[in-house]
Amino acid sequence: MSSASDPMIGIVDLRKTFTKGKETITIFDGLNLAIPKADFVAVMGPSGSGKTTLLNLLGGIDCCDAGTIEIAGIRIDRLSEGQLAHWRASHVGFVFQFYNLMQMLTAAQNVELPLLLTRLGGKARRERVEAALAVVGLSDRLKHYPKEMSGGQQQRVAIARAIVSDPELLLCDEPTGDLDRRTADEILSILQLLNRDFGKTIVMVTHDPAAAQYARRALHLDKGHFIEKELAA
Amino acid sequence: MNDLLMIRKNLFRRRLRAILMIVSILIAFAIYGVLASFERAFNAGQERATPDRLVVLNKINLSQPLPISYYSRVGAVDGVAQLSPISWLGGYYREPKNFISAFAVYPEDWMKLRDSDFVFSQDARTAFARERTGALVGARMMEKWGWKVGDRIPISSSIYAQKSGARAWDFTIVGSFTPRIPQADTNIMLVGYDYFNETRSFGKDLINWLMLRTTSAAVNERVGNTIDGMFANSPYETTTDSEKAFQKSFAAQLGNVALIVELVVGAAFVTILMIVGNTMVMSVRERTREIGVLKTLGFPGGRILRMVLGESILLALIGGLPGLGVAMLLITQVRGSLMNFVPTLTLYPDIAVGAIGLMILLGFITGLLPALGAMRLRIVTALGRN
Repeated sequence: MSSASDPMIGIVDLRKTFTKGKETITIFDGLNLAIPKADFVAVMGPSGSGKTTLLNLLGGIDCCDAGTIEIAGIRIDRLSEGQLAHWRASHVGFVFQFYNLMQMLTAAQNVELPLLLTRLGGKARRERVEAALAVVGLSDRLKHYPKEMSGGQQQRVAIARAIVSDPELLLCDEPTGDLDRRTADEILSILQLLNRDFGKTIVMVTHDPAAAQYARRALHLDKGHFIEKELAA
Repeated sequence: MNDLLMIRKNLFRRRLRAILMIVSILIAFAIYGVLASFERAFNAGQERATPDRLVVLNKINLSQPLPISYYSRVGAVDGVAQLSPISWLGGYYREPKNFISAFAVYPEDWMKLRDSDFVFSQDARTAFARERTGALVGARMMEKWGWKVGDRIPISSSIYAQKSGARAWDFTIVGSFTPRIPQADTNIMLVGYDYFNETRSFGKDLINWLMLRTTSAAVNERVGNTIDGMFANSPYETTTDSEKAFQKSFAAQLGNVALIVELVVGAAFVTILMIVGNTMVMSVRERTREIGVLKTLGFPGGRILRMVLGESILLALIGGLPGLGVAMLLITQVRGSLMNFVPTLTLYPDIAVGAIGLMILLGFITGLLPALGAMRLRIVTALGRN
């Protein structure tokens, strides 16, 4: 049986570079990180410090040059593109700054998307979609299209889409970056609820110190290395 | 929800653009359906031609006659099993606009020659062979004019007149016949050559061509060479061809329909291919971010490829199937007035099936490049995250 202290994310000696023209830019060189299960970590840092690259690597949508990335016991740095797609579908939920919903689909259809990759039947999928939208408080918006909803509501749909397949890990990239303070607090409360009541491990990239307050701990990324900072009570 | 719903929603996300593309595909397939049906109808004679039938013509061209004496000389050639003289009446019923496809033949010979194409009742066989002024009329012609067996009908000729000066011959319908094979046209009339030949004012003892059946298709070449050699350097030199070649040259008098079809359809399809292909590329490019999101959620590249290809194929089918419907409607509308010229004009099932195959091919070709692009798209590039 797993406990909260079991490692969910383990990064060892990670190296990641980008080539820009003739220049090679090193983002990480020997990065190490361990995040236990059911943790809620805010990753902060200046622009260009590698926050988004870190999320990409953790979500298996980009690959590293060297080092290891282990998530829930799986070495994702060794997986092929097809294996990564399969792994993402069942193990990770993504929440983006600009929601990234399909405009031609309703809220329920957007949330149902990850379930199209499962063997669930139509009825079971509908039940899961309704449950996910209930968690984010949007039971009455099933048939609404994104353009008919506010930014906060769209982000809640995006969160419902991220949790509908019940992944252990949620990766959130500036989830409140496009929202006003009040709406941002609502979204962060939902993430906190998912961490506290549903045991989801959450890694959230943010510039906003107020948003970081909702996490259990904050990591500051600077020049490719982490500095852990205490959060104000 | 399923992939098909997503494909449909993606297709119609820009409604006006989708409708314009559908209309252009619809027009292309309507043109294809009509022209391919015309081409088939023009060439129906070639399709029903049997390999062991030959046609002996004047070497100059189809309009030049041959003497009837050739009938017995050709009949004596080794390898000729059956033959009949055929003369073209240039007939019409009451008014010149009521064109009648009528031929003067040796009744028994002609019916034996065409047994593989038509069904003749025993009564019709006997009566047509016996009655000098009798006419044997195909079922479609009977239906078109509302004739029945026993009717006496005046048939005039735009070429010949009677010795008496009258332009019309009164024939009695002694029987009818039906097609044995779908391509066999029954919008024709046959009358006895002897009666027609004796009563016409000029062209006596001349025919337009001889149709014959050989003992086997293997002897066709030898028989043809023997016949043409027999009449070489005579006032009426001959050329002997297979029935298929004869039908082809007959149809060619109306122009090279096959070439017209190929050029028009080819031009239409290349244009559509470029328009739809370009639009699909634009459409997928507009969705780069969404494709990135789908991949992030775990949709594999192969599935995304199938979805984009499915979209372009669905587009081709949504445009093409109604296009075939329009073609069918147009053909039904003009069939009646063109019955004398292209009697077998219809949208044949194999043309429709071929068109559906073309739609799928069109969809596949236009969707392939954007689909491959979508499949290979890197998530970080699509989401602008690098």
